[in-house]
Amino acid sequence: MPSVRFRLNGVGKDIDADPDRSLLDILRGQLGMIGPHFGCGAGECGACNVIIDDRAVAACDTPFWSVAGKDVTTIEGLGNAERPHPLQRAFIAEQALQCGYCASGILMSAAALLKRNPAPTSREVKEALDGNLCRCGSHNRMVRAVLRAAKEMATG
Amino acid sequence: MNQPSPPPSKLPVSLVANPLLSSWLKFSAHGQVTVSPGKVEIGQGIVTALAQIAADELDVDISRVQMVRASTAVSPNEGVTSGSLSVQQSGRALRHACAEVRHIFLQLASERLGVDIDTLDVDDGTISGPGNVATSYWELADDVLLDRDATPDAKPKPVARRVLAGASVQRIDIPDKVFARPRFIHDWALPDMLHGRVLRSENARAKLVELNDERARAIADLVAVVHDGSFAGVVSETEHGAEAALQALRKGAVWTAGEPLPDESDLAAFLKAQPTETTIIDKRTAPPSAPKTRTIRRQYVRPYLAHASIAPSCAMAQWNGDRLHVWTHSQGVYLLRTDLALVLNLRAENIAVEHLEGAGCYGHNAADDVALDAVLLARAAGGRPVRVQWSRAGEMSDAPFGAAMAIEIEADLDPSGEIVDWRHSIWSNGHAARPGRAAQPALLAGYELKNPFPRMISTNPPQANGGGGDRNAVPLYDFRSWQIESHRLTTMPIRTSALRTLGAQGNVFAIESMLDEIAAARDEDPVAFRLRHLDDERAKDVICAAAKRAGWKPAKQPGIGYGIAFARYKNTGAYCAVVAEIEGDEDIRVRKLTLAVDVGEAINPDGVINQIEGGAIQATSWVLKERVRFDRQRITSTSWTEYPILRFSEVPNIEVEVIQRPEIDPVGAGEAAHGPVTAAIANAIFDALGVRVRQLPFTREHLVAAMEQAS
Ligand code: FES
Ligand code: FES
Repeated sequence: MPSVRFRLNGVGKDIDADPDRSLLDILRGQLGMIGPHFGCGAGECGACNVIIDDRAVAACDTPFWSVAGKDVTTIEGLGNAERPHPLQRAFIAEQALQCGYCASGILMSAAALLKRNPAPTSREVKEALDGNLCRCGSHNRMVRAVLRAAKEMATG
Repeated sequence: MNQPSPPPSKLPVSLVANPLLSSWLKFSAHGQVTVSPGKVEIGQGIVTALAQIAADELDVDISRVQMVRASTAVSPNEGVTSGSLSVQQSGRALRHACAEVRHIFLQLASERLGVDIDTLDVDDGTISGPGNVATSYWELADDVLLDRDATPDAKPKPVARRVLAGASVQRIDIPDKVFARPRFIHDWALPDMLHGRVLRSENARAKLVELNDERARAIADLVAVVHDGSFAGVVSETEHGAEAALQALRKGAVWTAGEPLPDESDLAAFLKAQPTETTIIDKRTAPPSAPKTRTIRRQYVRPYLAHASIAPSCAMAQWNGDRLHVWTHSQGVYLLRTDLALVLNLRAENIAVEHLEGAGCYGHNAADDVALDAVLLARAAGGRPVRVQWSRAGEMSDAPFGAAMAIEIEADLDPSGEIVDWRHSIWSNGHAARPGRAAQPALLAGYELKNPFPRMISTNPPQANGGGGDRNAVPLYDFRSWQIESHRLTTMPIRTSALRTLGAQGNVFAIESMLDEIAAARDEDPVAFRLRHLDDERAKDVICAAAKRAGWKPAKQPGIGYGIAFARYKNTGAYCAVVAEIEGDEDIRVRKLTLAVDVGEAINPDGVINQIEGGAIQATSWVLKERVRFDRQRITSTSWTEYPILRFSEVPNIEVEVIQRPEIDPVGAGEAAHGPVTAAIANAIFDALGVRVRQLPFTREHLVAAMEQAS
């Protein structure tokens, strides 16, 4: 079986797997990661979003071969309880979710946004998150949380 | 024999059903208290609210409280987590149990320390009294026997002495969810776990007439193909392998054409043409205060709605001889167990059903169905656990839907346009077909087996529980005479069951739209009109609070409209009033919703606001976009493209005001907003465009139809 070399959360990987399978399939299956969630498998909900290089993309809609040589970041690589990303801190502070199933994908879309635009307006946040669906109606809190994280990052 | 009847018990309902104190609470010598409620987390923050109540009543720090997931093996049976009853039932029971347990500890402490019980105090589990004597829950834990029944005598603390309840506490489940620590059933891996997928036809109720599994058997990692009547599925070592085998199996399947579906373009005609069972829900008669001079008659229509959870339903099951273990995100572990026992012809005691969180589900979705799928596939797994996850398309077409409704209101008016008689009729399928409540199972695969169970036709919960299709159909207003009737369909070509608010969204939409129309015809302000017809002060308070906060009524601007609506959920639950601000011509955009709510004592006020906001946004989504689509053969809205929901850029600004009433028992907030939001948007559309839209959702198509009808 051919192998695909890429970096996952900062660590070099060389994975033997069918390159035509989806990145989500490999992450959740072979690599046992649980951060990126399956929602639709068709690139329509954003639950599986990860960051590839600097862009948030749907892992379910990304063929595995296409990440060769790239940098893939999942929510596991964003931060953890010991060293939380400002977005994770802000989501807790704003109590920005209900069931939270959509949250890991939304955090990744937001992280990619803050990388390219550290001081977004609330309209820009909404636009950046427009590909992410949330059924519980936590949208406004999530937007507030992203703005809060941006502020915190700006003031260091 | 004549037995004296027992004295009336004042115990909360959940404690009456599960009186054993140790089934609710356990103390460890290491400074922990374990709380085991029968209700489950569905994203509503209930686990946190219950932890707050326990910590408060016991006087321990909330960090000492460990919440246990519901399981038939260890938890009290509290039925289903639904209908906004969770905090009400579980909270009251837990508060009572904790008060009693605290007292039991104090009694023992008083004996051991040799001081009067009334002089003892508890601080974070440490019990102290005069002269520096002290012990603790943890020290006494081994000697206190909680294997005894709760008594009605326990006295929970007075409101003023509660410290945590009423304060916004951070939800205990949120850190796991932002740090991707396993909490969802989807992320749970059991040792040696296999993966299963179930084959279902796109055509409604098609029967499987032929199955060639040769191709599927050739797929790598395959463990088994299961086939029983019209139920078929695959089991594989890997999830990927299960998907591939399913595709292969699909190619070998031959189905009948299935059963015809109604015409989606005229739901009202379909609903009204079906055989029904009619119930008079309420009747009030009084001689008219003035002669009737005219009657207006309006029809309101709500489509079928999907639960459309962000995660497709998922379950795991494992057999060990004739014992079965099931992991599920069902809202009722005991109820699911009852139905599994029926289908499998097994004793309930042989089955353990354990809860793990799923995505927000808003009612009876496919959580229970997929559990039976997993159980049936796991029979072929040689004792290994099998995990089954539905596809997006399956979730959008095979799970039960919220029922479509046609609602007709007739109002007789006197010469001044005042209401002298009011008639409200509902045509709808039943709104409940939850598992575990009937002599037959309500699980999808149960209808597909070679020896199938009859398909359940949805019914309506009794009015004492808030009713179903008739929920909120009885007005809270002081009309002198009315008749409310419900026509429940006895056929069910499209499967329906409980969806958030049951019939309340439709009924409140109809009542509050009609009122707005009558007030407008009289040239009377809709707030004043409502206040004049209400005598419940809490109702008036939420209406006034929402109106005030929204600056009712803002000055007219072109293209912008404002509408108000009100309801008390189930007529016994939370009060909610909403002012909607919309913008639109052909497409409607909701700019802002201002809500005021009264849930009695808000245990976690921020949690209440979170739920109201969530409900308001979900309702806006239903109202602007949602409608299950179908042709005569199959459900066609099987993806997010065909069943769109509200996106970030479309979400309105939301302001929520909570009116705290600490002296009144709490009720749930999750379903309070849907009805009022729906009607407030409809009324705002009239304000902006001068047209009454009476058919949900308020899409361009339905707006145009309403305009044509009006002209
Ligand atoms: S699961 Fe990838 S976009 Fe929905
Ligand atoms: S919080 Fe439940 S789907 Fe977003």
